[in-house]
Amino acid sequence: MVVINEKLCKGCLICVEFCPKNVLSLNKLQKATVKNSENCISCGLCELRCPDYAITVRK
Amino acid sequence: MNEIIKKYFRNNKLPHIWCPGCGNGIVLGALARAVDKLGLDQNKTAVISGIGCSSRSTGYLDFDTIHTAHGRALTFATGLKLARPELNVIVITGDGDCTAIGGNHFIHAARRNIDITTVIFNNNIYGMTGGQYSPLTPTKGKSTTSPYGHIEKPFDIPELAIAAGATYVARGTTYHTMELSKLIANAIEHKGFSVVEALSSCPISFGRQNKLGNAPSMMKLLKEKAISIKAAEKLPPEKLAGKYLIGELFRKQLPEYTEEYQKIINNLTEGGQMQ
Ligand SMILES: Cc1ncc(C[n+]2csc(CCOP(=O)(O)OP(=O)(O)O)c2C)c(N)n1
Ligand code: SF4
Ligand code: SF4
Repeated sequence: MVVINEKLCKGCLICVEFCPKNVLSLNKLQKATVKNSENCISCGLCELRCPDYAITVRK
Repeated sequence: MNEIIKKYFRNNKLPHIWCPGCGNGIVLGALARAVDKLGLDQNKTAVISGIGCSSRSTGYLDFDTIHTAHGRALTFATGLKLARPELNVIVITGDGDCTAIGGNHFIHAARRNIDITTVIFNNNIYGMTGGQYSPLTPTKGKSTTSPYGHIEKPFDIPELAIAAGATYVARGTTYHTMELSKLIANAIEHKGFSVVEALSSCPISFGRQNKLGNAPSMMKLLKEKAISIKAAEKLPPEKLAGKYLIGELFRKQLPEYTEEYQKIINNLTEGGQMQ
């Protein structure tokens, strides 16, 4: 499960672009958001690459 | 917030000041994971940085940290390591901080083979001061001080480090995050002067001037141009043109500076005469 901390997210799109399952997108406020959580395979790549420590992936 | 950030960062200092998509946060995250993987004692690990966007890292890390003067992180680190050899000493420095103003300290720390791990955040530019060229700005690259395209050739940091005497040298990227973390962990474990060049991106001061697109596009470029040293061994030279090698590039075991120094102290305090 992907949890986003909106207070830390700066909307850089890195997590959106590199998610292998296209789980994430930006919302109207340019914050990362989970658009289809059922596709998430908990690989953790978004958490590793988020430059702002805004993502936690719970296995 | 994930556990690594909770444990190793000064959480009250977040969010950090870096621009959206800046690679500094990714490299710093990889460093924290490396420390965690090795299970280093936070109270026996010191992190020292110079000046620059990347060097702001020490403000965010919950270790004993020193934010020093521009280019001088390795001088403070050398003093600390000599006085307290039992500490794990890690230096965070930018490409400008390390190879321009701090270039002399860098080659001599390498030559001495002092047990310090240096992580160079290479974003090809002076980010903090608004995008002047650094010794790592590529030829033809645009910067505020090379608006018509840069005419100099950049350093190859691993080659420089190896020639100067570093005994562990590796290169990683912010795209290859997990591998970067492993390389940093191996560098910390290595006894002697170890260098990890972390290829990173500065979307604001470098990317915009060079029309490289947004942060993910810049990371894709890092991915496309990188080739692992193991894969490269099997390829003909023409396939390597324009690419850079990533992975562990050099490792050698040689006498370490603080250990050699301790031998002299032991000899003299035992009343012996130095030969
Ligand atoms: C003695 C001295 N000279 C110049 C400066 C101005 N200055 C601050 S940061 C910097 C360059 C930083 O570039 P780099 O080390 O590549 O770090 P980045 O900001 O790109 O992470 C310079 C020239 C300074 N602070 N001190
Ligand atoms: S990578 Fe991090 S900062 Fe960038 S959009 Fe995703 S959550 Fe936000
Ligand atoms: S100027 Fe560049 S290096 Fe500095 S914080 Fe912004 S993106 Fe990062």
